[in-house]
Amino acid sequence: MLCLSQTRTNRNHQQQEQENDVENVVIAGSGPAGLTAAIYTARAQLKPLVFEGLVPGGQLIVSHEVENYPGFPDPVSGMELMEWFRKQAERFGARFKTEAIEKATKRDDIFEIGTSADKIETKALIIATGAEARRLPIPTEPKFYGKGVSGCATCDGAFFRDKEILVVGGGNTAMEDALFLTRFASKVTIVHRREYLRAAPIEVEKAKKNPKIEWMIPWVVEEILGDSVVTGAVLKNPVTEEEREVRCDGIFVAIGHDPKTEVFKHLIETDNNGFAQVEAGSTITSMPGVFACGDVRDPVYKQAVVAAGHGCMAAMDVERYLEVKE
Amino acid sequence: MLDTNLKHLETEQEVKEVLENNENVMICCGRMGPMCIPVYRDMEELEREYSHVAFRDQDFDIPVADFIRSLPECASFMGLPFTVYFKNGKVVTATTSIQRRAQVTEILDKEFGKPS
Repeated sequence: MLCLSQTRTNRNHQQQEQENDVENVVIAGSGPAGLTAAIYTARAQLKPLVFEGLVPGGQLIVSHEVENYPGFPDPVSGMELMEWFRKQAERFGARFKTEAIEKATKRDDIFEIGTSADKIETKALIIATGAEARRLPIPTEPKFYGKGVSGCATCDGAFFRDKEILVVGGGNTAMEDALFLTRFASKVTIVHRREYLRAAPIEVEKAKKNPKIEWMIPWVVEEILGDSVVTGAVLKNPVTEEEREVRCDGIFVAIGHDPKTEVFKHLIETDNNGFAQVEAGSTITSMPGVFACGDVRDPVYKQAVVAAGHGCMAAMDVERYLEVKE
Repeated sequence: MLDTNLKHLETEQEVKEVLENNENVMICCGRMGPMCIPVYRDMEELEREYSHVAFRDQDFDIPVADFIRSLPECASFMGLPFTVYFKNGKVVTATTSIQRRAQVTEILDKEFGKPS
């Protein structure tokens, strides 16, 4: 299938460069959605400018083994996978800045993008900022973050050698984290608030077969215990309302993500949970010239391959938009 | 070597020099993970503003990093990165795991003074 970039006539690049430095397209985010959008817009000769954000590569970089991205029969680390995405985008001429976008406004037909170091003008904006990991909604949690509470198994697992850990969550990340942490911990207990686990059956099966993994379902973490470091937790069964104190040295949190739309909320419509709203079958948002792709607009699938597909759609939507503008 | 635009502390000599030659020093000791990278990025930007502070990073896994890992102030730390603030060669504050920019600037302002 030919993509638009192969059928259109070449742009007048000199004219573009002589214009008052207004970008064709800025991409906010550098996960699979943002980088796929970068590949496609770069191939369309739009010279995209990608703001990588605070965590280049997005959520995938915490996955030490990605087994379900098509084209990789053997597991690949999330970091490595995103490096390849980036290299591909660079090969076609995508440009990168390490900053995160802090401000985005519209003036006439142009978007003004602000970071701590830069002010950029652009004709089109692709929002691919993804989502941020949720923290436990417990008032004392900040005190223990880094002292037993963690949001990154691959970062901090090694600190828990021969210790007992809770992993909170019921999705793929929670299962993967639990399995990963069995390399270090003497015992891993998965704590989830519902009987239903949304993780893929294959991941649940692996966790169930691991002799180091125990289960507390349905239970929630009510309180974190400890003085300077975590020594335990109070769990509550939401069905029976029973409370139980358990001993543990660490609590790894994998309870989902919230979309990162704060900076753009005044520009585009979002739903009650903050997800960017788009027209069905497209990445078009409520603001002409702004497109949203990946987890920032996807409360359902939240998969890298889906995000990449969205990134391609956003690039093609941008091409059409800019053609009409011209 | 860490992939940042900060100066890296890779030898004992470099550690000695930065602590002896600078009144105010911030060292972020970590890897290239999602908890560490945001701190490096903030430090790269804050370097422009806080010219009275020396900002450095250090690979957590090199032997020389033992001087950070073994600090008493870091004894309870179980989250990367370990970020340590020195005044006249002595530790004034240390933090563990990811820190938001506001948390970092609060410490910088309190321990080293706001930028002029």
